[in-house]
Amino acid sequence: MTVMSPSLKAEIRDLSFSFGQVQVLKSVTLPISERRVTALIGPSGCGKTTFLRCLNRMHDLHPDARYKGEIILHPDKINILDPAVDPIEVRMRIGMVFQKPNPFPKSIFANVVYGLQIRGIRDRATLDERAVQALQDAALWDEVKDRLHGPATALSGGQQQRLCIARALATNPEMILFDEPTSALDPVATSKIEELMTDLKQKVTIVIVTHNMQQAARVSDFTAFMFLGKLIEFDRTDTIFTNPSSKLTEEYVTGRFG
Amino acid sequence: MSHDVHRVIAGNRRLDRLFRWAGLGGMAFAVLILLLLLITLGVEGSQRLTWQFLTSYPSRVPSRAGILPACVGTVLVMLVTALTSIPLGVAAAIYLEEYAPKNRLTAMIEINIANLAGVPSIVYGLMALGLFVYQLHLGHSILTAGLTLALLCLPVVIITTREAIRAVPVAIREAAYALGATKWQMIRDHVMPYSTAGTLTGVIIALSRAIGETAPLITIGALSFIAFLPSPPVTAGPPFLSVRWLFDPFTVLPMQMFNWVSRPQEAFHLNAAGAGLVLMMVTLAMNGLAYYVRYRSRRRIQW
Amino acid sequence: MERHLDIELKDLKDKLLLMGGSVESQLQDALQALIERNSDLAVRVVENDLSVNKLDVEIDETCLRLLALHQPTAGDLRFITTAMKISTELERMSDLAENIAERAIELNKEPQLKPYIDIPRMANWTIRMVNESLDAFVNRDVALARKVCRDDDFVDDLTEQLFRELVSFMLEDPRTITRAIRLTFIGKYFERIADHATNIGELVVYMVEGKIIRHMSPECYGEEGDVSVPS
Repeated sequence: MTVMSPSLKAEIRDLSFSFGQVQVLKSVTLPISERRVTALIGPSGCGKTTFLRCLNRMHDLHPDARYKGEIILHPDKINILDPAVDPIEVRMRIGMVFQKPNPFPKSIFANVVYGLQIRGIRDRATLDERAVQALQDAALWDEVKDRLHGPATALSGGQQQRLCIARALATNPEMILFDEPTSALDPVATSKIEELMTDLKQKVTIVIVTHNMQQAARVSDFTAFMFLGKLIEFDRTDTIFTNPSSKLTEEYVTGRFG
Repeated sequence: MSHDVHRVIAGNRRLDRLFRWAGLGGMAFAVLILLLLLITLGVEGSQRLTWQFLTSYPSRVPSRAGILPACVGTVLVMLVTALTSIPLGVAAAIYLEEYAPKNRLTAMIEINIANLAGVPSIVYGLMALGLFVYQLHLGHSILTAGLTLALLCLPVVIITTREAIRAVPVAIREAAYALGATKWQMIRDHVMPYSTAGTLTGVIIALSRAIGETAPLITIGALSFIAFLPSPPVTAGPPFLSVRWLFDPFTVLPMQMFNWVSRPQEAFHLNAAGAGLVLMMVTLAMNGLAYYVRYRSRRRIQW
Repeated sequence: MERHLDIELKDLKDKLLLMGGSVESQLQDALQALIERNSDLAVRVVENDLSVNKLDVEIDETCLRLLALHQPTAGDLRFITTAMKISTELERMSDLAENIAERAIELNKEPQLKPYIDIPRMANWTIRMVNESLDAFVNRDVALARKVCRDDDFVDDLTEQLFRELVSFMLEDPRTITRAIRLTFIGKYFERIADHATNIGELVVYMVEGKIIRHMSPECYGEEGDVSVPS
């Protein structure tokens, strides 16, 4: 259940984004509450994945990306989009889990500790401890504790995705971004990961993009509906799904779009 | 089913059989020729494959001639080639694939590298003569030969390394970036390890081509009658390590073969066959190594 | 774009209207049976109750099926849950109509106590309320729904008035007690039916606006002539 008035983890103010001449996001403003799940829904091409990738500056990898507006991260109130802010620093505070599970073709252990290693943590005892914690938090520990040094690619799709979640968790990020994390998985694996997210939100703020509305309804506390690069409506999830304010939202949510 | 459909299917089946036999025939023909070559070489050359042959110096007497300096020379020249072309080629490939901006200049560089892979090797020899021998005064030495062959190998190494790098999926790179890795960390920890196998395969194939190159080495002045070995790398007194051998004259196996084949006595031709067999075995071994490396890596790394 | 779900929702609405129509005619017939002292009509009213119960079960099953299979949200969800509740209200109304008919049968066995004036007034008002509540549902007319809720006061007042009149009869002449009490019951039944009509009105407001106004103060019903919604 949602507790009333949670604190803010991030504020997105007037975010516009374009690839070269093409404007993909138009003046999006919305809050991200701390230790809650915020879902982004909308039809294909509405800009929700683009929005998500602005949060950890992943678009910096493309030379044509142009950000406008601010994303203020609390509690220190820095603007993530400021060119003076190092994107590496942003990514060390905000992790990401991708649509198709992408574990490194190394051992399970090597996968989980990679994030720690590039932060300069080399002590074996610390790495072990953090790896175990991360794998437990990702509900994967019991399944892999006997084969930590076996190949990550030998795991099933659902397990690989949980491994990617463990890998992101190991570095204790403040926020984790999920980009359609279960769209490549079967229903059982999907529901395991949804359960996991409901547990995880007690520790870390979660933002999830999903094209599955029922998933957004099941998992999230707040939902944002986007269309053609604009934010149409943002509200508590139960309100969006029982009594949305905008007619467009109602049409999308009841499946009458198109 | 109607009669027409049956006819069409029968016709297709006939075509199918025709192609199968044509393919089989072509393959059999090629394999036969290859086998004939190998058997001839083997039969002729194996007579001369003795310990004496492998450890003697060339001589005016065919039965006393050996390929020791040629072998040593081949090894040393290949060493220089490898040590030059691998770092340069891999670094160039990494730069082109990961760091270079995607503009016209880069595209031109890429096109020219591909062209260089097809340049005749004697042209490399000529260029090496002008640059290494006359301009830089490196002499007709192992160093010159190694550098010349390195130039030959470079385009192939660059191209295969780039392919190997490209084979690393974007998803892996994104995963590394999302964890906070810098570009170099991503390359060092993921791109390079996963592309090593492909790179190695390319390197081995390039080297196994270079090992048999004769024309460029003749051009830069490899001698064909050498009765001595290059200077040893280790010295008795300080500084204990010497690089004089780099500047010594030398010969290589293909050169030795060329020299013997140009003599009138048939006995020398037999010697050439023997040397050829040795060269062939080394080449086959290197290719086999390349296959093995690729096989092992495919088992270890599955995307 | 009409989807299969839309067709099913339309079917559901039609079933509800059918049920509503049945209930309305039951009420009319029950009133007639009392006024005209026609017990055969009253018996028919009692039998009709079965078909209404059947519709109630059908509607419930349809709604459950739609919820399970289509996971409806927002407006669709509110419509389906409202339909389930309206069905229950109508079923209760039907039971009350049956009760009225039974009392009528009993009363018709004895001489009429007094000319029936208040009861027909109350009955007609109530039947109109039921009719309007169903109209409000069909037309998603929130103003009409709120009016129905306001109209409940009239029925409550009439019930009180009827009760006082019958009490005075009973005090005067103890031989009238059984008939008077039966008439009181009939008055009470109509009052309850009006309450159920009010409930339907409140449900319609929820369905259209997404606001639950049940169990709230009557101010929520707004004033006569209100076009905008009081919050």
